[in-house]
Amino acid sequence: MPLPVTTQSSDVPSRSKSLGYSYRRHLGERAIETLLFLMASLSVAITLAIVVMLVKESIVFFEHVSIWDFLTDTQWTPLFDDAHYGILPLVSGTVVSSGVALLVAIPLGTITAIYLSEFAPFSVREIAKPFLELLGGVPTVVYGYFALLFVTPLLQKIIPGLPGFSLLSAGLVMGIMIIPYVSSMAEDAMRAVPMNLREGSYAMGATKFQTAIRVVMPAAFSGIAAAYILGISRAVGETMVVAVAAGMQPNLTWNPTEPAATITAYIVQVSLGDLPHGSVGYQTIFAAGLTLLLLTLAFNIVGHVLRKRYREVY
Amino acid sequence: MRGDQDLSEIRSIIARHKAWDLIFMIVGVFVLMIALLTFMALFAHMLIDGSPRLTWDFFTSFPSRRPGSAGILSAWIGTTLVMVVTAVAAVPLGIGAGIYLEEYAAKNIITEIIEINVTNLAGIPSIIYGLLALGLFVHQFGFGQSILSAGLALALLILPVVIVATRESIRAIPVAIREGAYALGATKWQTVSDHLLPYSAAGILTGVIIGLARAIGETAPIITIGALTFIAFLPPAPFKDEFPFLSFEWLMAPFTVMPIQMFNWVSRPEEAFQVNAAAAGLILVVMTLTMNALAIYLRYRMRKNIKW
Repeated sequence: MPLPVTTQSSDVPSRSKSLGYSYRRHLGERAIETLLFLMASLSVAITLAIVVMLVKESIVFFEHVSIWDFLTDTQWTPLFDDAHYGILPLVSGTVVSSGVALLVAIPLGTITAIYLSEFAPFSVREIAKPFLELLGGVPTVVYGYFALLFVTPLLQKIIPGLPGFSLLSAGLVMGIMIIPYVSSMAEDAMRAVPMNLREGSYAMGATKFQTAIRVVMPAAFSGIAAAYILGISRAVGETMVVAVAAGMQPNLTWNPTEPAATITAYIVQVSLGDLPHGSVGYQTIFAAGLTLLLLTLAFNIVGHVLRKRYREVY
Repeated sequence: MRGDQDLSEIRSIIARHKAWDLIFMIVGVFVLMIALLTFMALFAHMLIDGSPRLTWDFFTSFPSRRPGSAGILSAWIGTTLVMVVTAVAAVPLGIGAGIYLEEYAAKNIITEIIEINVTNLAGIPSIIYGLLALGLFVHQFGFGQSILSAGLALALLILPVVIVATRESIRAIPVAIREGAYALGATKWQTVSDHLLPYSAAGILTGVIIGLARAIGETAPIITIGALTFIAFLPPAPFKDEFPFLSFEWLMAPFTVMPIQMFNWVSRPEEAFQVNAAAAGLILVVMTLTMNALAIYLRYRMRKNIKW
């Protein structure tokens, strides 16, 4: 059926008015764009708010305590009558627990990543990857419970005299907790290595293992390093496992079998008590938080730069 | 003669190197098993310790000084209400920011700063968000140690997760869809709201579920804002008999949540309380695992069904 031909009185083809330029529609579009921009800039506002809040309270804190004392004093007893404000005991606790965690997470995470990226058959990978993801989703307080009530008693059988709270058991569990983060990022980096590098290696007669170690890993180096560094940052900022299983007593030690507080555990300990807003005790947690932020920020920036590099190579 | 010797030498070298392949395969499977066994041990330990406490009463009782009659009523209600606040705050903000960065943002320094920021926020330890919430929401804005403060703190924490999920699922939509919409005269927002958002909804939902699963288990930021550990009452009900039927008093109420309740029980010396902790932990793990598994399943289905 032919379409009825409408005859026009003038030469200009008619068109609906709503198709023309509409001021209101234009304004609506601009308003939406502005709103979305504000939502996106909120992330910058959050970062600024974090920095401002931590620095503001820390400045008040550093009016009471000199930065020199803060960095060199070997005691952290801000809530005692004889108050000492040396961050070192908290830093040592953080370094030792993170160190133990990384001794577990880096080798195991790397092996998992190599295995999943280069060796595992498709079906194993399809099952293992979601499973590892689930492992990363378990709440950290549950891992704390596990460290305190399962791993510590187990370790006490191996190391007699291990106290009920120890950096060792907190660190071990933290390490297992971090494996999924390290392995998934390292695996991504390795899978980003182009296939023809591997094919070249096989053509030269290399085995799978030789290819993985000598070709794929060096090619993915910056990505794997980024995975390690983000793992470190994760371990340093981890709170609940150490708060539950490592005790909350500041203790300047490098021995993992002792109990000690980390920076994060100290913040938890203070928050559990009821410190008045504006007291020095209240400000200490912001100074501790600022230290923690600077530590993790440094790691994150290095990790980010490294990761950007491997993305750009291929 | 010489050739034969070379050949057998080469064969033995190959055999040696192939043996390394096998050894590494075994090591790889073994390491995966360590992760698996750890999780099994964790789950079994909590199941054995906690399952006797998992009765109906456990869900309907308040915490108590007597471990045998203590329950998680105030904790699970607190968790639910905090999650409502978190979702209401984080979902629109995260999706909006994701849409802006993916569809609207011009390639300039401001966009770059925002992008670096989002990456950076994802790496900040959760306890720092707690300190921010303590200074900003609790004291500066005067929300106090309330459900609102906790919900907003967790919303900030999961914002990067929602933003990244939104961006990734919008980016996966082919350009042809956008070009088709523009060719028919749609404005930018019409394209986004009628095409891009519906097509990416499943992906965004996956991100939201993963984010909320993370928020449910977060303990540190909530401790930092000073949530009380012993709450033997419920916040005011959100529904009323008379007009306007909704009440928002609960936003300002003191509260406790599941992980805090568990932490409180774990840190007590009496063994009976640690049994309660196991039961609470079991519920917490089942909740987060279910949510994560749902997200993984959704993503799997999506990958299978969508063929542009």
